[in-house]
Amino acid sequence: MSTPSTLTMPEAITAETPMSLKEQLARAERLKKLKYGALILPLVLFLVLTFIWPIAALLKRSIDNPEIVSAFPATSELLRQWDGKNAPPDAVFAAFADEIVQHKGSPVFAAAAKRLNMELPGFRSLMMKTARALPPTAGASAREALVEADPRWEEPATWQYLARNASPYTARYLLASVDRKYDDAGNVVQADADEAIYVNVFARTFGMSAIVTAFCLLLGFPLAYLMATQPPRIANVLMIFVVLPFWTSILVRVAAWLVLLQSEGLVNKALMLFGLIDQPLELVFNSTGVYIAMVHILLPFMILPLYSVMKGISPSYVRAAVSLGCPPIRSFWKVYFPLALPGVGAGCLLVFILCMGYYITPALLGSPKEQMASYFVAFYTNQTINWGMAAALSAILFAATLVLYIVYTKLVGGQDMAARAR
Amino acid sequence: MTRTTTAVRPIAAACAALCLVAGTASADVTVISFGGTNQKAQEKAFYQPYTKTTGGKIVAGEYNGEQAKIKAMVEAKNVTWDVVEVESPELARGCEEGLYEKLDMGKIGPKADFVPAALSECGIGIFVWSTVLAYNGDTLKNAPASWNDFWDLKKFPGKRGMRKGAKFTLEFALLADGVKPEDVYKTLGTKAGADRAFKKLDQIKSNIQWWEAGAQPPQLLAAGDVVMSTAYNGRIATAQKEGKNLKIVWTNNIYDFDSWGIPVGTPNKEEAYKFIAFASKPENQKVFAGEIPYGPTNVKGTALVDKAIVPQLPTAPQNMKGALASNTQFWVEHGEDLEQRFNAWAAK
Amino acid sequence: MIATYATPLERVWHYAFRAICGLVLVFLMLPILVIAPLSFNADSFLLYPMSGFSFKWYEEFLTSPAWRQAFMNSCIVSPFATLLAMALGTPAAVGLARIEFPGKALLTSILISPMVVPVVIVGVATYLVFAPIGLSGSYLGLIIVHAALGVPFVLTTVTATLQGFDFNLVRAAASLGANPLTTFFRVTLPLVAPGVISGGLFAFGTSFDEVVVTLFLAGPEQSTLPRQMFAGIRENISPTIAAVATILTILSTFMLITLEWLRRRSERLRSQGH
Repeated sequence: MSTPSTLTMPEAITAETPMSLKEQLARAERLKKLKYGALILPLVLFLVLTFIWPIAALLKRSIDNPEIVSAFPATSELLRQWDGKNAPPDAVFAAFADEIVQHKGSPVFAAAAKRLNMELPGFRSLMMKTARALPPTAGASAREALVEADPRWEEPATWQYLARNASPYTARYLLASVDRKYDDAGNVVQADADEAIYVNVFARTFGMSAIVTAFCLLLGFPLAYLMATQPPRIANVLMIFVVLPFWTSILVRVAAWLVLLQSEGLVNKALMLFGLIDQPLELVFNSTGVYIAMVHILLPFMILPLYSVMKGISPSYVRAAVSLGCPPIRSFWKVYFPLALPGVGAGCLLVFILCMGYYITPALLGSPKEQMASYFVAFYTNQTINWGMAAALSAILFAATLVLYIVYTKLVGGQDMAARAR
Repeated sequence: MTRTTTAVRPIAAACAALCLVAGTASADVTVISFGGTNQKAQEKAFYQPYTKTTGGKIVAGEYNGEQAKIKAMVEAKNVTWDVVEVESPELARGCEEGLYEKLDMGKIGPKADFVPAALSECGIGIFVWSTVLAYNGDTLKNAPASWNDFWDLKKFPGKRGMRKGAKFTLEFALLADGVKPEDVYKTLGTKAGADRAFKKLDQIKSNIQWWEAGAQPPQLLAAGDVVMSTAYNGRIATAQKEGKNLKIVWTNNIYDFDSWGIPVGTPNKEEAYKFIAFASKPENQKVFAGEIPYGPTNVKGTALVDKAIVPQLPTAPQNMKGALASNTQFWVEHGEDLEQRFNAWAAK
Repeated sequence: MIATYATPLERVWHYAFRAICGLVLVFLMLPILVIAPLSFNADSFLLYPMSGFSFKWYEEFLTSPAWRQAFMNSCIVSPFATLLAMALGTPAAVGLARIEFPGKALLTSILISPMVVPVVIVGVATYLVFAPIGLSGSYLGLIIVHAALGVPFVLTTVTATLQGFDFNLVRAAASLGANPLTTFFRVTLPLVAPGVISGGLFAFGTSFDEVVVTLFLAGPEQSTLPRQMFAGIRENISPTIAAVATILTILSTFMLITLEWLRRRSERLRSQGH
């Protein structure tokens, strides 16, 4: 492909200005690059706008802290110079009262109150109460009016909450995602035990992914091996068994597992019929159900890469080892397995990466104890509308995915990923 | 490049056409409510008669009360929901944050016609609903009588259904722990009180089956997956109508209003008002209460309700006895914090 | 297959191994086989044994406004998302196959990354960015994001097809006087068509089964079939779900057959070429 196509074209040879062959070549090469680059460009632009930019914006949100600064810009400015020990100077009170009057009843004010309530429950009503008491009655100073509205405005601690959020960026959400927080003195400390779950959630996300991956490998390896060692006709039939579930909607499969695993479902009925159990087992809305369904959904992603690698391994290697006196199991382990290792690596990484981001299956088949990182992202987005927290958790999940994806592309080369997934 | 554009152009045109279709469709009133039997009852009592009398079409949608979509819509100034059924704390919070229009009662009906508590700055009550203790009369021979029994794993072994969320779950925990109904919110407002509620919940945590949608508890009860459950009284009543032997324990139920709210910036504000006024009429509220036994907010509507249904309403005097009114202000204040803590607790 | 000189232990292993594989196959197929019959159940429980035979759940699916709307929406969103993914992915794959430049591997990885980034992140991210510009709660927004999720499949399948593609054919066509457009439509496209179509099928499958992004991005008017199924499974699992599941499974079987046919056709074409 290295020969530029234009060389065969007559107009390139009869160029008007005499050019060296080298120049012509370079020019033709540039032209080709431009031409084909233009083919790639629309997709690049499309993905930048619809995929990369939104994700970048989301990641940025994890450090954004706009509420206080945009509702109280002047107060924020002044609070940044405050020593933080004694009650702030009158100027701060005046600016704050001014800005409350200016914004009260508006969404900007409500957003700031909500943001402060996040720091200290009860701050919302303090703000609403204060807003109702303003503007100061004639003759009263801003300080008097605020303290009159609520004595807490006299305490430096109250102002600390404002001061600590008087900058447009904060690490609070990211810290909270790893169970850390700022204490009243502004130091990073361990979060309270009743709020500290995210380290646990991420450990759970990775742990569950690892278990699902292990099961997929355990179940997928024999089948892939069988397929690879059968004549094409049989292998094709087996392939249909693998690919049909792969093509079936995830929701269909989740519904089917629900039907199979419920307390009156087929699995329990069969087990009871054979006298293996007397009482129906609890198989759904706990980890059992989630694992079964996840392994089922992700198994084809393990089998397909394994198969594509195994198909290329000649059975004569193992046969040779056996004929040279090496026991079959040992020959398999020493000769075949190392050759299949790229497939194992690719399959495991693919399953692990996909598993980490799962949301639907645990949401429908699990209890709160089986929910992975994605669930918490959705929770903060929809339920409490804490988009900073959703963004911070996303950032960590995204970083983990990115690292594994880089390893994966190094392993298999990004290009033929889906080709393998076929 | 040229072929890309030629390929894209028809798509762009088609998309534009689609958006246009979506745009014209929004001239109808989009009403979002909590789904299931509640929505079906609204369909019968409000949507169909509305279309019949005014000719205006209703686009019905459902959600589970999350305010994120509304917030995003309002901030984007691209509001496609015209009327939304909201629970009280979300309404109050949304009102403060500028998500809901301040209502002009003049466009809805005479103030005096409504239960005073049903009227708020940004909303008007649709009905009174209640969260009750429900159980399956076929599987549970001796009936539970209180939240205390709900926590009694010895006397009533088996799973319990509870709504996945802090609201009401924590109140019930405190009631079961012996806190008097009038002290519940005072206790819950303190750190020690919240700790106490979670500790009480710890006792039955491994026996709780969480539900999210109101349609779930009757199913869980009927299928025998749980022996008892917290449930919306209306959903249990509809299941009873379908022949299921489900029972309600009214002791210490918690009641609240669901209200109509209008998201700020809807292009169909006038139609939205028209719909709310229509749905607030006594005769329509009466039909609704007949479909699903939630108490009307229109006093005249209460008078119209079929005598046979009255004992099933949360507003019936015997059901109100010992009942707890959900404290909107408390949940506005502590909602985010406690929900977050609850979520963390549940996931452990 | 088993060698005549195999020891008894090897024989046992031979059959045990096949039994294990058989169980894995049963595990893979069981859910799909189990749900279809229940869609014909006469009563309203998703339980065996079935009480009788009835078409009423299909009737329910066809007559319920919510399901019909969901089906219509899926039929609007998925084809457009697929066409968009094909229109963007095919030329890009041709471009990437034809030129070398620094960072090409990186660019390719980025273009394929929508396949692996957790969908919840894509859902939240596009929701927060699309909402302020009025693209949330619209068909267009949904189509765009579904297309982005489908593009990697088109890109990779077309790239795979192009690996066996002889670009001398393009050169030959050009040297014989065909203009680039004619060359593309008469020479390149017929040869890469199987790749484009199977990529399109993958993109269609992705979109037609997509629920997470839809949960965030779609309003009630854009609720798709998977979105409706999600709500149904969570709230009220009735045989209607089984009926929809059966219809979807038949659809995916058709797609699978088409795909297999395409693969064979392209293999045949390629072997003829050489």
